[in-house]
Amino acid sequence: MKITRRFLGAAMAAAIGASASMPAFAQSATQGLSSESVIEAIKERGALKIGLSLFKPWSMRDLNGDLIGFELDVGRQLAEDMGVEVEFIPTSWDGIIPALVAGNFDVIISGMTVTPQRNLTVNFSTPYAYSGMTILANTAMTEGFTLADYNSEEITFAARRGATPATVIAEMFPKATLLLFDEDGAATQEVLNGNAHATMASEPGPSEDARDNPETLSVPFNQAFKAGGEGFAMRKGDPDALAFFNSWITARTNTGWLKERHDYWFRGAEWKDQVAQ
Amino acid sequence: MTAAPDIFAPRGKPLPQPARVTQVIDSVTFSVALYAVIIGVILYVSYTGAQAMGYNWQWYRIPQYFYTVTEDGFQWGEIAFGLVKTLQLSATAFALATLLGLLVALMRLSGLLIVGAVSVGFLELIRNIPLLVLLYLFYYVLGPVFGFDRYTASVLCLAVFHSVLISEIFRAGIEAVAKGQWEAATSIGMTRGQAYRYIILPQSIRFMLPPMTGEVVHMVKSSAIVSVIAVAELTTIGRNIISDTYMSFEIWFTIAAVYMVVTLILSVGVSMVEKRYAVSQ
Repeated sequence: MKITRRFLGAAMAAAIGASASMPAFAQSATQGLSSESVIEAIKERGALKIGLSLFKPWSMRDLNGDLIGFELDVGRQLAEDMGVEVEFIPTSWDGIIPALVAGNFDVIISGMTVTPQRNLTVNFSTPYAYSGMTILANTAMTEGFTLADYNSEEITFAARRGATPATVIAEMFPKATLLLFDEDGAATQEVLNGNAHATMASEPGPSEDARDNPETLSVPFNQAFKAGGEGFAMRKGDPDALAFFNSWITARTNTGWLKERHDYWFRGAEWKDQVAQ
Repeated sequence: MTAAPDIFAPRGKPLPQPARVTQVIDSVTFSVALYAVIIGVILYVSYTGAQAMGYNWQWYRIPQYFYTVTEDGFQWGEIAFGLVKTLQLSATAFALATLLGLLVALMRLSGLLIVGAVSVGFLELIRNIPLLVLLYLFYYVLGPVFGFDRYTASVLCLAVFHSVLISEIFRAGIEAVAKGQWEAATSIGMTRGQAYRYIILPQSIRFMLPPMTGEVVHMVKSSAIVSVIAVAELTTIGRNIISDTYMSFEIWFTIAAVYMVVTLILSVGVSMVEKRYAVSQ
């Protein structure tokens, strides 16, 4: 009797599970929606909603709690050029794609590296940034390593889940173990504690970390490794939005504005006193 | 000896029939209909909700994470690998938790003042720290001090957290054995250890088995928390696949289903063991 009841419970649980997977049949609805571009929705609303997850120096909070960073400059300029207001919606990394799909924002501008696997799920604009990554290593653990030595099963890398460095590490060092954490700080901490050999980040981050901890950390190669580039991410089935954002990025790349802003946040140090260290 | 009367004639009035409404509500037909309506509403809401989102479901990309068949033959996928790791982690931690739990329970029941106090202190300390905080303590504080790697830290953290829950199950099971059993054991000259070994523990297992099943299931589920320190297991694998492919919906449904299958198999399996044990008693 007890078993029967348990099986009944299992059957009910399975039924609920199946109900959750039912939306699989909703695919045909996509075509109907695609005719209504998000660009139209933005113009009607008079506001552009941008999703991002906070990540230095792409986007961060200054001492007053206001959002600043490269993404914020890009987002504000984009909205200004469209003639609409801008609204930034900070979202945790794990929830950013579901929130985009659910329509909580129109586009994600959050340092997303374009990869073919991701591109199968969302649409990417042409890259608006190309970040160079440098390796930050635990000095004692990587004594005398050449670049090829890092591509070994005994090597452990740490990185923030979903960030560009994670993609670059997986690409450059496929044999190494890659540990993914939720925050940048945790990844650097792993290297500092000797639980991982190295991590990667865009300059000036690694050089500063090495300067703060000269006994344990170092930047072994004076060389930046490039990812495929970062693009805006948007929902599938909206060719108008893709075309609009691509044209905007191309125009802003040609005038040199994107490079100038990128250099300001990634090479300069003028903004350092605005944020807590 | 006088024979008992053949017909038992109850005195007093029979219980009143339940009201018509109650009868309908209690009927099987009504229950099934109600269940169907509730599930129907859930199905309808999720279907329309998904349609409104216009999400492009890609379930066909999921099987490759369980297994792939290439020219090199059959290969297990990442989710299968993660499942094995989860089971391995949970089993190791559970074995350790059982030993530690038994120790804590016996210390508490020893009747010695200091030993009992140490056990209660340990119990209250662990039981009042959230599992996530305990994990951070083990990994970021005790890890560097004692040189644990992340896997050891997770096993120890899960074992310690569950050992206090298990110790309470042991204590309840031991105390549920009738006091007369202790007295009988003592009266035939058994020591305390012998009484535990031959009389008390074998009987208390019957009381412990059902809550222990719950604890195993609980352990498998709480092992997911170690994903925050990047230990390779089912949840970590799921999050990594999502960050590579952005398929949040499909992957989370899949991971949840895998956990559900594992825990259901565990519960059904143990309830069979329970039944068998009950017969031999």
